[in-house]
Amino acid sequence: MSRVRVLVGTRKGAFILASDGKREKWNVSGPQFAGWETYHLKGSPADPNRLYASQTSGWFGQIIQRSSDGGKTWEAPGGGMTIGPSGMPAGESNKFVYDTTPGTGKPLTTHQWYDGTQHPWEFKRVWHLEPSLTDPDTVYAGVEDAALFRSTDGGQTWQELAGLRGHGTGPKWQPGAGGMCLHTILIDPSDPERIYIAISAAGAFRTDDAGKTWKPINRGLKSQYIPDPNAEIGHCVHRIALHRSRPKVLFMQKHWDVMRSDDAGDSWHEVSGNLPTDFGFVIDVHAHEPETIYVVPIKSDSEHYPPEGKLRVYRSRTGGNKWQALTKGLPQRNCYVNVLRDAMAVDSLDSCGVYFGTTGGQVYASADAGDSWAPIVRDLPAVLSVEVQTLP
Amino acid sequence: MIRVVLPTHLRTLARVEGEVKLEVEGQATQRSVLDALEARYPMLRGTIRDHVTQKRRPFVRFFACEQDLSHEPPDAPLPDAVATGAEPFLVVGAIAGG
Repeated sequence: MSRVRVLVGTRKGAFILASDGKREKWNVSGPQFAGWETYHLKGSPADPNRLYASQTSGWFGQIIQRSSDGGKTWEAPGGGMTIGPSGMPAGESNKFVYDTTPGTGKPLTTHQWYDGTQHPWEFKRVWHLEPSLTDPDTVYAGVEDAALFRSTDGGQTWQELAGLRGHGTGPKWQPGAGGMCLHTILIDPSDPERIYIAISAAGAFRTDDAGKTWKPINRGLKSQYIPDPNAEIGHCVHRIALHRSRPKVLFMQKHWDVMRSDDAGDSWHEVSGNLPTDFGFVIDVHAHEPETIYVVPIKSDSEHYPPEGKLRVYRSRTGGNKWQALTKGLPQRNCYVNVLRDAMAVDSLDSCGVYFGTTGGQVYASADAGDSWAPIVRDLPAVLSVEVQTLP
Repeated sequence: MIRVVLPTHLRTLARVEGEVKLEVEGQATQRSVLDALEARYPMLRGTIRDHVTQKRRPFVRFFACEQDLSHEPPDAPLPDAVATGAEPFLVVGAIAGG
């Protein structure tokens, strides 16, 4: 029977929640990296036992961790007492340095700061790790201040894909409340040269040449919080999702507005429909139904909790516009948690499982595509990310 | 022989318990001690000093012999008691947060 492994990143470490395909009884292990913020951990589609994790701390900086046994044991890649074949000292796995070399890099420029002044690019942390669909040793990292890095040696060394940061619109990029982060990386399963990324708050970008050049894909987005609501750059995109069978169809939860694109991001239109509020962070797509999508509406950008104190997942079976509240098993009174942008995932079992984590430390699971929910755990540290692996 | 005391999180990361004992060539300074520490425990690179600038991370402090050495120049000699191993060199995470 198939089984699932849910990877949970929290403010104080990582947890792994495992179950068989029934998804009724769970084994909870952790914390790994105890006391450290774990922004994200994710498994390689090419080798499910290969996991990558972003472990970060305001005191000690960024650490990349890697597991080769499904999360039982972890190592800082290249962190041993060795010298690499090139003579380069090991221990480069936590080294994220913007590429400013003449050949491949771009000069370090500035971006907008909160007060509207310009501010130099500074690396702070890795928000999101996206393993290659085909190579367990290749993984992408979305970082703050916003840039995209890639490792092709299992996380031992990292190189910036500087064409994105050097796109030329950098002075118009600005941090959201959580920092100027590159938080979403989607690799097109039908074309590995095509990658979508999203930055808060710059917008969405696409490369069609494996990261050498990028174009902003924000036409149709409207954001009242920037001087020109229709600007090419400056939108606070919270999350993008796609279904692997239709990689040109994208769904977006923007700061406000749920959006849809049917042309690989070249244009967007709003599909918020009857949602009680179209503010939120997460968005995801059913594993087997490309027109079934999920969001968790949050009251507003100044009140980061569910409207009316009711935690509701909304599901659309029509690719947006018509939404149904899913409440069975979720708290419907006095609930004031948030669900952050990387904290929802779906498994690929026949009856699609949906998972999300809250800032209150709950991880909820639905084994029936959202019809009913139950908490796997209730009292973890604030959840930053949720990923799920469907295992044979 | 230099004795270095790491904060809990860095001991976990380096997989060491208790003090770290290092042989440092030449004069014992912040730089030479941290160079030796990072050579032996490469996973600590970037956690105490910035990878590029080699400056102390803002929330990390260096104490020894009941003195705060955090703002001493990196190439200034450490106290004799540290250089001889009589006293440890303490790497400390600033008290803050929750």
